[in-house]
Amino acid sequence: MKKLETYGVKPHDAGMKADGQKWSIMEKLLLGLTLDQYIGQALRNKLNWFLAIIFAIGIPVILYRFVFSLGAVTHSSYDYPWGLFLGFGLFCMVPLSASGFMLGTTVEIFGRHDFEPIERLALLNGLLGYFFAVVYLLVDLGQPWRLSYPMVYSFGPAAVLFLVGWHVATYLSVQVAEVSTAFFEWIGFQRGYDFIRKGTVGLTVSGIILSTLHQGALGALFLYAPGKVHPLWYSSAFQWIHFFTSSIPAGLCMVICVSTVVIYTMKWRCDQRFIDNLDRITISLAKGAAMGLSTYLIIKLIAVAHDNEWAYLTTGWGIWWLFEIVGFVFAPLVILSYAIRNKLVGLCRIGAFLTVAGILLNRLNTALITFNWQLYQEIPHYLEFIIAVTIFGIYVATYRFILARLPILYQFKSQAEK
Amino acid sequence: MSKITRRRFLAGSAAGGAALMLTPAQKALAAGSFEGFPEGMGVLVDFTRCVGCRTCEAACNEEQHLPEPAKPFDDTSVFDEIHHGQKRRPTDKAYTIVNRYEPKDADKPLYRKIQCNHCNEPACLTSCFVNAYKKTPEGAVIYNSKVCVGCRNCMIACPFHIPAYSYTSVLNPVIKKCIFCYDTRLKEGKPPACVESCPQQVMTFGKRKDLMKIAHERIKKNPGKYVNHVYGEKEVGGTGWFYLSNAPFEEAGFDVNLPKKPIIDNVKDFLAIVPMVLTIWPALFTGFHLLATKGKSHGHGDDHSHDEQEGH
Repeated sequence: MKKLETYGVKPHDAGMKADGQKWSIMEKLLLGLTLDQYIGQALRNKLNWFLAIIFAIGIPVILYRFVFSLGAVTHSSYDYPWGLFLGFGLFCMVPLSASGFMLGTTVEIFGRHDFEPIERLALLNGLLGYFFAVVYLLVDLGQPWRLSYPMVYSFGPAAVLFLVGWHVATYLSVQVAEVSTAFFEWIGFQRGYDFIRKGTVGLTVSGIILSTLHQGALGALFLYAPGKVHPLWYSSAFQWIHFFTSSIPAGLCMVICVSTVVIYTMKWRCDQRFIDNLDRITISLAKGAAMGLSTYLIIKLIAVAHDNEWAYLTTGWGIWWLFEIVGFVFAPLVILSYAIRNKLVGLCRIGAFLTVAGILLNRLNTALITFNWQLYQEIPHYLEFIIAVTIFGIYVATYRFILARLPILYQFKSQAEK
Repeated sequence: MSKITRRRFLAGSAAGGAALMLTPAQKALAAGSFEGFPEGMGVLVDFTRCVGCRTCEAACNEEQHLPEPAKPFDDTSVFDEIHHGQKRRPTDKAYTIVNRYEPKDADKPLYRKIQCNHCNEPACLTSCFVNAYKKTPEGAVIYNSKVCVGCRNCMIACPFHIPAYSYTSVLNPVIKKCIFCYDTRLKEGKPPACVESCPQQVMTFGKRKDLMKIAHERIKKNPGKYVNHVYGEKEVGGTGWFYLSNAPFEEAGFDVNLPKKPIIDNVKDFLAIVPMVLTIWPALFTGFHLLATKGKSHGHGDDHSHDEQEGH
């Protein structure tokens, strides 16, 4: 894309062409380039080649899973019924997608319009994260074609998973509606755009409700297994609030991470408003994340005190817990605080990546690593890793496809000029 | 208050209300502790009588039409099998298994039969989001595999590591576990196949409450023979199958740290928060919205500023 810009080619970024004609859908899909130009830039892109390799290996493995059963790609463990697909795909993707409701709340509820340049990126990050969490779930479920059963056919309202299922499904539709404004702009459907904009506050508020509950509910799922999760990662009183609170820095830092990747790799797609505001917004998001992290750190310690689990800290698991808390909660907190104080955007970004890594570690610790700590350690089947990476690759490809087209990182010209 | 803000307030409340309706009330959970159906049946298992002949395994295999095992039922080498440092456990092809343990102070090995304990308030049942499980008045914990989605949450929840999953099935993988021979026997008041087959009368079938008395009498009448504990009387709210042992239960591979309360009690606190969040949040955040945006847009009287930026 960079190369084309030097030749004076501009990507599609307005409802009308310069000569006043409307863009056709095909032209929009090709970003306003000619077919040759489009294919040329796609082939030059190294990430495309990298993804192509992943898909060439991974997609046949996914098909293999559906043709030869779950037993063919996992260790079929009865003691570890949840492997990487849920441990990573569901428990990690969902907190990292809390950005949608966080930024939605900031802009729409608290009226902080100075965050607007990043709002749509945060909403999209939320939508895609949830969507792909569901994709992971579909791969993991024994009978994915029955996914709608808890919705329409057989209800188990007393189960936490029932709540998770309903809330993720509802929230996914809320997020589709929230992101659809960008889509309506892109296809030029003004009435649809107006209709959704009118309901923004309602959508945002239901987003907060649903997020509070299902982020927490993912933690509450482990309350069913008091003897199986290690006591340091288990808190009968605070489990849900640990998961909910940690999802706040997780979502905010994920937006910082994604925006960092975007500004370095897709700068052609960002408009001046996004580029000019990003440093300021990154520091503001880091402030939010630092507050979230400090709260999370304290409630994690309170949980240890509440259940009087200090003795565990001297065991091997205790050292592992300290590694997580010191290395991935306390350290990013210090880094972020220093970076905010000295207005160091780069350092904020390092802190954000560390926070995201910490969330991954925490969720994997709870769901897989410390799970069944009294039994044995399960190392997932290598095909499970391949499938998990492949789905993540599809996520990245989809993410980029949408960012390159919809007005997420840029404003449509007709709007911007007003 | 301007017209717009009121409408937005209503929109917020309506969205909250809709979310409330979408989530069927969790109030059923608020019910007090359930201690099992009064006429529920149970089985008392006395490990001091078990010789590890595995006849019960064979009887279960036949009764439940399970596939032929890799090793015949008279092969005692299975007692030495170790997977991931663990002894055998029930699988989708064997709903009950017998394991051998060597307690420290005992002169002979202890054989322990493992199968579903048919809890009074089963964790599997309460964790199932399609309500596939059912505790029948006869005392069995059965399940409807026709609605099983395959989330395997029951396997996470079961404190006894009982439910197994037919991972290798492509089109119809489902949960598999002991059902107390409900369909073929218990429903008609007959004992399950394993109990009937036992040559040593290790297991006694009867009403749970009567068996509990027998268990305590056996402990009282044979001083020194048994550990003074009926495993399953109180554990996780009480189980339909319970055990007498001559060696400490932890030496027979039992988890002795299980809570006395049913597993669902752990989750109730969280579930109680759900209706509160659903009702309080809409008003709270719509209120925040009004407080935060009122007067911010310099003369507009409402939050039109945003809409203008968006090009209305």
